[in-house]
Order: sequence, then C-alpha cells, then structure tokens
Amino acid sequence: MAEYQNIFTQVQVIPPEDPGVPIGRETANRTGVLGHSYWMGKLGDAQIGPIYLGFTGVLSLICGFIAFEIIGLNMWASVNWDPIEFVRQLPWLALEPPAPEYGLSIPPLADGGWWLMAGFFLTAAILLWWVRTYNRAVSLGMGTHMAWAFAGAIWLYLVLGFIRPVLMGSWSEAVPFGLFPHLDWTAAFSLRYGNLFYNPFHMLSIAFLYGSTLLFAMHGGTILAVSRYGGDREIDQIVDRGTASERAALFWRWTMGFNATMESIHRWAWWFAVLTVVTGGIGILLTGTVVDNWYLWAVKHGVAPAYPMVDPAPVTDPLMSGGSQ
Amino acid sequence: MKRSFNIVRCAAAGFGLLLLTGCFESPPMETVQRGYRGTGMEQVINPDLLAEKVAANLPPETQPVMPLPGPKSSELYKNVQVLGDTSAGELAGLMVAMTEWVSPEQGCNYCHVADMASDELYTKRVARTMISMTQNINQSWGKHVQPAGVTCYTCHRGNNIPEYVWAEDPGPKHAARITDPGQNTVSLTAAYSSLPYDPLTTFLQDDAEIRMASATALPTGNRQSIKQTEWTYSLMMHFSESLGVGCVHCHNSRAFASWSESPPTRVTAWHGIRMVRDINNSYISPINDDMPANRKGPLGDALKANCKTCHQGAYKPFYGAPQIENFPSLGYTHSAVVMPSEMESDESDSEPMNTSDEEDVTEASLTTENDSSRVMVAG
Repeated sequence: MAEYQNIFTQVQVIPPEDPGVPIGRETANRTGVLGHSYWMGKLGDAQIGPIYLGFTGVLSLICGFIAFEIIGLNMWASVNWDPIEFVRQLPWLALEPPAPEYGLSIPPLADGGWWLMAGFFLTAAILLWWVRTYNRAVSLGMGTHMAWAFAGAIWLYLVLGFIRPVLMGSWSEAVPFGLFPHLDWTAAFSLRYGNLFYNPFHMLSIAFLYGSTLLFAMHGGTILAVSRYGGDREIDQIVDRGTASERAALFWRWTMGFNATMESIHRWAWWFAVLTVVTGGIGILLTGTVVDNWYLWAVKHGVAPAYPMVDPAPVTDPLMSGGSQ
Repeated sequence: MKRSFNIVRCAAAGFGLLLLTGCFESPPMETVQRGYRGTGMEQVINPDLLAEKVAANLPPETQPVMPLPGPKSSELYKNVQVLGDTSAGELAGLMVAMTEWVSPEQGCNYCHVADMASDELYTKRVARTMISMTQNINQSWGKHVQPAGVTCYTCHRGNNIPEYVWAEDPGPKHAARITDPGQNTVSLTAAYSSLPYDPLTTFLQDDAEIRMASATALPTGNRQSIKQTEWTYSLMMHFSESLGVGCVHCHNSRAFASWSESPPTRVTAWHGIRMVRDINNSYISPINDDMPANRKGPLGDALKANCKTCHQGAYKPFYGAPQIENFPSLGYTHSAVVMPSEMESDESDSEPMNTSDEEDVTEASLTTENDSSRVMVAG
C-alpha cells in the first residue's frame, strides 16, 4: 500500500474496465472505456474514459472548434498562408480586436470583425462547458464547487474581453488572441493605467495567487508525507481521523502553532483559488472606468511612499519648462 | 540496476543544466545604482559584454582639423556652400577626415569628379546636406549631444551608409483580405517582441503622441488606448536596444510617466527624439528624390536615422568620448543652414558646373541675421 496511487507509483495494476457509478438514464450518453494508458497511469488513473459529452458538451466543442479555427486561420492569413512562417512565428501571431475608432460598433471582418466572432464563439463554448460542469456534478449527486470555481475564472475572462470594453465604449480595449501579443497587451495595460501594481485588487489577486501555490505545496507535501499511514485517504480522514491526520496536524502545530483540518484545508485552497480571479476581475474592471492612473491614486491615498531624489537638480518635464524644440 | 539508473538520471540532469546555463549570460553581473536605494533603480551590466561593446565603440584616431589662417575657401574655390568659412588648409584637412570616415575605400572619387567643384555626383550633394545636418546637430541640439558633439564618424564609422539605418517597413506579406494591424509579427525594431514593428515612422518621422498615462488619478478624458500604448512601448524597446540599457536608464519603473522621479537622462532622450525627427524631416527626407534606388527602402523612402544610427549599442556614442572638439568647422552652422530645398534649386540653375555668384548673395543676406548664432558648441 505504501506505493499505492501517487506519482512515484512503481507498479501498475491493469484492472477490468470500470464504467463508473450508475446514475440512471443518462448512462446512455457515456462513451465506452477507451482503454488503459501506462503513461497516464504514471500521472493518475491509467483508465481513459468513459467520457460523457451530451448536448452542451457537443455544442461547446463545436463552438470552441469554430473559435479555434477563426483565430488560427486569421493567424495563418497574416503570414500570407505560408506554413513555415506560420509555425516559425506562431507565438508572435494574433487575432487583434478592432481599432479604437470602431468603438462598440461591428467592424468589417478584416478590421476586427473576425475577433468579435471568435470572441462570441469562444465565450459560447466556455459558458456551455460551464453548464456541462454544473450538470455533471448534479447528476453525480456532487456539490457544484467545481462549477462555481470555474465561474470565477469566467468572470475574469468576461471582464477582460467583454464587460470592461463595453463600459469603456470600445472593443479595442479587449485582449488580442495570441501568445506574445496578449502578454504585450498586459504590459501595455499596466503602462497606460499608471502601474497596475498599485491597484489594491491586483495586490489582493497576487496575494491569493501566490497563497494558492503555497497552500498547494503545503497540502500536497503534508498528504504525501503521511500517505504511509493512509493519509492519502483524505476524505475518510475527515470523518474518521486516523494517525495520519493526527501526525499531519501535530506537524503543523509544532512548526507554526496552528493546523488546518482535513476538511478546512480544501476550503482554504478553494477560496484562495477562486478569490485570485474574483479580485483580479474587480481590479481590471475598475481600471480606466473608475481609476485612470493607479500610481497617482496610490500617492493620493498614501499607499505609494515618496523617496528622496538622488540627483541634486530636479528633473522637470521639458514640455512644461519651455524646452519646445 | 537502480544505481545505474540514478547515474543516468544525474548525467541527464547535469547535461540539462549545462544546456540551460548556455542560454544565459554567465555571472557575475554588475549593477549601477540609478535612483534612491531600495527602489530597484539599478542598471544591470555584464562586464564581459560591456568590454566587448567598449572595444567596438572606440573613438576614431582621425587627425584633428583646427582653424588655420588664410583666405576663406569660399573665396578660393567655386561652389563651397556649407564649409565656405574654413581656410583652404582646414577644408583640405576636413576632406581627408571625411574620406576616412565615410569612403575609406573609394577615396575622393566617391563624391568628387575631376572638377572638384562639380555637383555631378549625388554623393557630393548628399554629403553637403549631411555636413549641414552635422553642423545643425552640434549647434541646435546641444541638449542632446553636448559636450561630446557629433561628426560624420559618429554614424558612418567607415561605411558609405551608416550601419544602422531604417526605412518605412511595409510589414510582412499577408493575405489580401487581412488588415495588417502593424504588429503581431517578429518585430526586429522592438527587440523581437510582437509589438508594433515600425514605431520609427510613427514617432521618429511623424510626431505621434508618445505619452499615454494620465496626469490625474481618476479619469478626466484621456482616451489614449492600450493599442497606442503598445506603439509607445515598441519605441521604448528601440531606445533600450539602441543604447544597450534597461528602462531605468531614463525612467523610474514604478511611475514611468513621472518626470520628477526620472533620472535626468530622460530629458536628454526627450531632446534626442526631437533631434532625430529634425534630422529625418529637415535633412534626409528632402534629399529623397536625389537618392538612387539602392539607397532607398522597400517603399522608396531614403534611409533614415534612429537612435541606433549614432548610439550603436552604447548609452552614449563612443561612451561619451569627445567627437567635435577637433573639428570645429563641423561644430557650428556656416552662415545660414543651407536647406536641401535651397540647394536643389541652386543646382538646377547651374548644372552641371556651379558658380557661386548668386549663392553668395543669398548667403550674405542670410549671414547677417545668423551671425550671432555662429557659436561653437564644441568643447
């Protein structure tokens, strides 16, 4: 048992195919088990499938495929359908939102219309996938924690690509679809709005993001450390606390005086992850709509400290000091 | 069995580490403090790379050309327009220096035909504009180039055409029904990012607004977009690349827009932007039609200057070594600045050979009002 089900598992048992628990009539929508994969077994369960798609799943995949094709074909067209350049420059390529002069109107396809269409289908795909996530959980008699955590991420996505651009009155405020271009957009966003690091909701989002990684490491480390005492059966341990749970708890009490419980650690992790995107979305939403320069906002409210100048002569704006050449 | 597996694993990890370190500059780095302690205002310098760059940016060992007594060359020779105030000896010295700087292989014949006064070759006509430009840079743009000043060599470095020049970038070939957004391709100008690939036309020829951040905490009508910000960002990447510096050379990165928190170098750069616009619009673009096709960019515009043309990777050209003090006649504007447009009209009047009678009149009339501006800025 000591080597059972963790990523260092040395022995794999290939059991008979397991179709999963029966949940009534919807069983008909499941695919069969697709087989076993040794390499997937290294990471988790070796059995692949069954997959349940259903109406929303199929529709979501179709919408996602359409968005993927619009983005990919636009990228390919931007290098004149050259397959080599497409591969070579792929991280640089993008589907760009409309120019500022179009505001919230629908531009011609070539001038950002494709971006709007891709955004529509991608959003449809994501929302349909959310419905599916919710329904599958309900069908299994589970809680809907997954769906609501996913909704947190969708909130941030919608703020960036839809809600904030609508409030700003311009699609051009939205993020381009592209690898490097969306990172450039992020940097430019911060530069335009006077340094996003002074946005308190950005601060919260970072705290929750880094906190999430810390909690993940602490929890993962704790459970791996006590799996030799059955600690990997976490859910059992919530209701039937065994020596694994006792040892893990004592470890944290010894080291920092406090321990989460087998149940609460999962609530901690869930909330940290969800709050990362919820606070992040609020921070983006306020930028440009309510606050135009976060650095000056932070100065105004005593957040950004003033530092002495190193150079004896004060530096002034040449435009203001009559240096017009 | 298990041990040999571990050895293989260690070897693989070691090899991977070796590969990884090969991708980076080797330590140690040096840092130069650019602002108050604790604010991260630090320029990171790799001493090995800096030594290479310094070696590649040594000032020229050109023989100094100082003013000499004697009659003015404009009185001795025909068609000396922008160096007419020099003596014959000084003019000869300058010509030797210019040959060394610009056409060391072709020699005098790069610009001159048998009749030295002839403007037959376009290179001669361009050289005159460039001398006039150099004088103007040293005289009018002291806030950017003082105290070192510039000579022909600052850009040319022994090449007919300076190594780092630019022309309007038509961008990559794209399918007919796609509008080129001006970005999202490998931008050689903007440090291989996907930022706009031709910020130079926008900012160093045209004078598009560079500033985008608001001067107020709350919105008060600033509609500069994120897309425009990407153009500014692209220009800044060009600066960074050209000068071999990071953002904090000119900015406090916590508040890029704030002047009062910026190092004074930002003011120098501000004047530099205007100087380069002046160079491109007043001197290079006007001689566009005079240039042969092989001296033009893909869209038919003359090859222009940007920050890298002079800086060539150094935060100051030649790391601040004085350039102009030994060539004072390039350090001030002789008479009035002879604009390329005026020179063209002179030339069309008197081709192929030029006499200077008419010119002298115009020059003399302009000289009176510009005499006071004949100040040497070198030193």
